[in-house]
Amino acid sequence: MRTATFMIAALAAVAFALPQAAVGQANLEINTPAINALQRSMQQRHTQLAPLYSSGAVGFTRDGNVALRDAKAVPLAQRQQVNALIAAENQDRAALYREIARANGHPEWEPDIRATFAQRWISRAQPGWYYQNASGQWVRK
Amino acid sequence: MTAETILNRAALLAAGLMLASCVTINIYFPAAAAEKAADRIIDEVWQLKDGTSPQVKQPEAAPGEAK
Repeated sequence: MRTATFMIAALAAVAFALPQAAVGQANLEINTPAINALQRSMQQRHTQLAPLYSSGAVGFTRDGNVALRDAKAVPLAQRQQVNALIAAENQDRAALYREIARANGHPEWEPDIRATFAQRWISRAQPGWYYQNASGQWVRK
Repeated sequence: MTAETILNRAALLAAGLMLASCVTINIYFPAAAAEKAADRIIDEVWQLKDGTSPQVKQPEAAPGEAK
């Protein structure tokens, strides 16, 4: 009987202490070597992607990636290069979402991180750039 | 079954429930913090630090036929 009371008290203490610690952490960890490297790689690629966003050739998908929206906006000779650019960007993005989730000790957060980014890429996009709306249609900002 | 056994079982059940709720709370996704983190990374990747976002960069070193 004593043991039972003690057990409840101890568990109650733990139950209240843990969420406190979780709430105290107001920022997500994004300063790891892996995340920094991905950031740099994406930053460099952006100089090549930005003109493609402006021309409407490439747009932002609702799942946090980029995709070829209008192949005709790209000269035939450059299409392969643009496809490679898109593939590399999406690879970095997937790694970024995964690494942020991992760096914060919650690999299972990856889809939530991706969803957050998907929404932020779109709302931070420049006027004239294209994105996919909730029903998958391309919309010009 | 004595009264003590019943109490012990109840205590065990309560302990289990508390642990479960504790795990649930801990697993909650910090949406606001994630949004802030995303914005910081987007600032970096798109080089938006100087506020005026809708500024199309001048192609200083014309990317041209960079292969």
